[in-house]
Amino acid sequence: MNATTETVEKRLTRMALVRKRFARNKLAVAGLVILVAMFVLAFVGPFFGKHSWDSLDFFSLLQPPSKEHFFGTSQIGGDVYALTLRGLQKSLIIGILVAIFSTGLAAIAGGFAGFYGGKVDRSVMWIIDALLVLPSFLIIAVMSPWFRGRTWLIFVVLLAAFGWMITARIVRSATMSLRERDFVRAAIYMGIPARKIVFRHLLPNVASILIIDATLNVGGTILSETGLSYLGFGVQPPDVSLGSLIAEGTASALTYPWLFMFAGAALVLTVLAVSFVGDGLRDAFDPGSAMGKKL
Amino acid sequence: MSNNLIEIRNLSVSFPSEAGVVQAVRDVSLDIRAGEVLGIVGESGSGKTVMSLAMIRLLARTASVSGSIIHDDVDLLQLSDDAMSKYRGKEISMIFQDPLSALNPVHTIGRQIIEALQIHSEMNKSDALKRAIELLEIVGIPRPAERAQSYPHEFSGGMRQRVMIALAIANRPKVILADEPTTALDVTVQAQILDLLKTARDMTGAAVVLVTHDLGVVAGLVDRVAIMYAGKIVEIGPVEEVFAQPAMPYTIGLLRSIPRIDTVGSSRLTSISGAPVSPINLPEGCAFVPRCPAASDVCTVKTPELVSLSPTRMTACVRQGEIFALQDAGKLFQTGPVHVAPEITSDEVTLEVRGLTKTFPLMKGVLLRRQAGSVYAVDGVDLVLRRGRSLALVGESGCGKTTTLIEILNMVAPESGTISILGRNVAELSRSERLGMRKDLQIVFQDPFASLDPRLPIGDAIAEPLGNFGMSKADQENRVRELLELVGLNQSQASKYPNEFSGGQRQRIAIARALALNPQIVALDEPVSALDVSVRAGVLNLLAELQEKLKLSYLFVSHDLAVVQHVADDIAVMYLGSIVESGPVRDVFAHPKHPYTQALLSAVPIPDPKIERTRTRIILQGELPSPANPPSGCRFHNRCHVRSTLSPELAEKCSVVRPEMLKIGTGAVACHAPLK
Repeated sequence: MNATTETVEKRLTRMALVRKRFARNKLAVAGLVILVAMFVLAFVGPFFGKHSWDSLDFFSLLQPPSKEHFFGTSQIGGDVYALTLRGLQKSLIIGILVAIFSTGLAAIAGGFAGFYGGKVDRSVMWIIDALLVLPSFLIIAVMSPWFRGRTWLIFVVLLAAFGWMITARIVRSATMSLRERDFVRAAIYMGIPARKIVFRHLLPNVASILIIDATLNVGGTILSETGLSYLGFGVQPPDVSLGSLIAEGTASALTYPWLFMFAGAALVLTVLAVSFVGDGLRDAFDPGSAMGKKL
Repeated sequence: MSNNLIEIRNLSVSFPSEAGVVQAVRDVSLDIRAGEVLGIVGESGSGKTVMSLAMIRLLARTASVSGSIIHDDVDLLQLSDDAMSKYRGKEISMIFQDPLSALNPVHTIGRQIIEALQIHSEMNKSDALKRAIELLEIVGIPRPAERAQSYPHEFSGGMRQRVMIALAIANRPKVILADEPTTALDVTVQAQILDLLKTARDMTGAAVVLVTHDLGVVAGLVDRVAIMYAGKIVEIGPVEEVFAQPAMPYTIGLLRSIPRIDTVGSSRLTSISGAPVSPINLPEGCAFVPRCPAASDVCTVKTPELVSLSPTRMTACVRQGEIFALQDAGKLFQTGPVHVAPEITSDEVTLEVRGLTKTFPLMKGVLLRRQAGSVYAVDGVDLVLRRGRSLALVGESGCGKTTTLIEILNMVAPESGTISILGRNVAELSRSERLGMRKDLQIVFQDPFASLDPRLPIGDAIAEPLGNFGMSKADQENRVRELLELVGLNQSQASKYPNEFSGGQRQRIAIARALALNPQIVALDEPVSALDVSVRAGVLNLLAELQEKLKLSYLFVSHDLAVVQHVADDIAVMYLGSIVESGPVRDVFAHPKHPYTQALLSAVPIPDPKIERTRTRIILQGELPSPANPPSGCRFHNRCHVRSTLSPELAEKCSVVRPEMLKIGTGAVACHAPLK
């Protein structure tokens, strides 16, 4: 309502507005800073440690944190600091990439199925139903010999490929009702191509669902990834991930808390930061939210 | 006690909301006299519905209510809910706007009326049934004994509203509250229901409180009118006096801003600037100040109270004396220049539709679905739109006008018939040509709340079609600015989301978006019917101005004949999928040739009590038949009021032979016995 002070100023596009509104949300910015800091820590941090993640210090087994080993040592003398950072490198990338891929896939498949209807909708729904019925772990197990030794990016793709279906169904039903709204019909009559309608009008209007889904996926993926490691691909011992560190350390959480605590804290911090960013994005996209409006 | 049935004293109702306390009704005092029809008029958010709900104590629990509502020496506001139940239906009954949601879908109509009867009086079932059937007969339900066994969904909208009236008068209440009883209905049905309300009043002797936004309805039915604005009554008095010489600037503006069907020649409407205020955190002073042309410093100091202007009238305006003394108070408001109907300078046809037909398959069966027939939604429609002119396509809901519009906008070959836009037959267009053609034909939808993407800033929304047709970013910026100015908005508002704008402003944005590509034809689908009465005039004036400036052709789809009279040059009247009459608006309105056009015109209420009460209206029987099962011959023959006066041979012809469109004078009509 400060229109009086404004002169001819540059019009802000939606992206500029969303950025501006996001920047106003302190918690969201804090979340983003934490995430960036975690990345920096994961990739730069190892240079400050005195041990590498795959070297073992046989003279200090199960030692609490000290100057020599910042986060203590494991049963076989591994440096927990180096291990945690190594795990963080993998898990951050896997968690965030899988979340983006699977939610993105869900948005595209659901959005187009809902917008086009008819044959496109039926075939997408057939794929979704087929994937929901097939036991994903079994398929991955059957296929695992083929994946062995290849890049872990395949692993990201696989995790994403088996995690998008439910969200896609939700997005589809949401777009089906949006499609009937006048603003979509107006866009059609303006000759806007379907691809642009889906990305410009439909998906932003289901952004809340997508953001919440992606946020939840980050934490979920980091934890479930350990399950797949048993099947022999993904992060394999002696390599570590946050998931595997937590899984191993839980047993001795009370007796040797440092084995579990630092990896756990890293996970909690990551998930928290991601959800702050997610909330901020959701409010930034939603013109009705009070958070984005106030200065 | 005097002859006041209900005395409302200092009634205030407020609701908590996230944005602050909503003061829906602010310190209202009002008397309802025995046997009168009291009209409560206001725009959305003026508190008229909340006030009527407070009288029958049906407000949400979150509402905080103060003041008193005295009926028969009892303060209704002090009663417990159980005690109040004795009054509801028995002393005060209510007719709601939407009769579909007001009736229970799982009980028969008869059972619902019997329930209402048995609650308030000792009556055995057979007596109650007898009385229920009697009531249904009173409200004009044909074959009442049979129909009492039907469920609400088996009735049409108008019939349901009749049932609601039967329920309301079942226990001979002293007061009937009718909340927008005809808003959801078509004009010809509205005329029937208003007629019935009068009958109901005469039969029961009850006072009727008619809550509405439609000044035409008020003019015809009401004895005393109260105008509400932002939760307060700003003017009250006998309807003739208030309409003849309003004293509060809001009333003055409102009366002058509504398009009237009976004005000769089209002049620009008076428009009230701004939008209705939301009753949250209202400052001290008159709530109308920001929109009032007569506002002065004294107006903002104190909230004006209702004070007597004459023995019969009261007004809440600090300057009422001065304003009432003005000879022509209407001059207060700014009126646009007189709209000159464009002479046909070029005969260039921009849009031509010939014999357009659109059917929808009628499916039957649960497991094995098969086509059982076709619904002829549009059945042989011809339209011609010329450059710089407006063609209005009018008809009641369900007549196929929207389907016609969508068929034209789809720009694909219709089932049968041809659509030519700017001389090109759309069936022959290639894909890329069709895309190019979209530039020339744009649409403004009815509901500006649905037609703008809530998550797209309006600048982006207006720029969208520009970018789509390859305009550079810098040019887009200039064009967006230009367009916003064209529709009367501030350019600095481009980075705002639609939810920060009022209904009227949103419709301006939608117009700006439609004009972005410099179209030659703009389709307007009921562009003002979703807007508040006081902002309609502004949008209509804008449309007229833009048409003159940009030489646009308007295809105007509407059911509101008063608006059509105001904006359109030519008219095509549609009934059950086909055009029954077409021609220049002035000629058609002055001398309708088709009985349906005549009935439609006579059903439109005129917001002037003197005229409205003296003119004779034609009230059509029944409602629009289903297009799945249209009558034979002339589709209007079973509702036609002229047919009974015809010779038997001609009347027979009406029910057998479907009339063709024949040119008569300046227009054309499809009738075997056109009116002179």
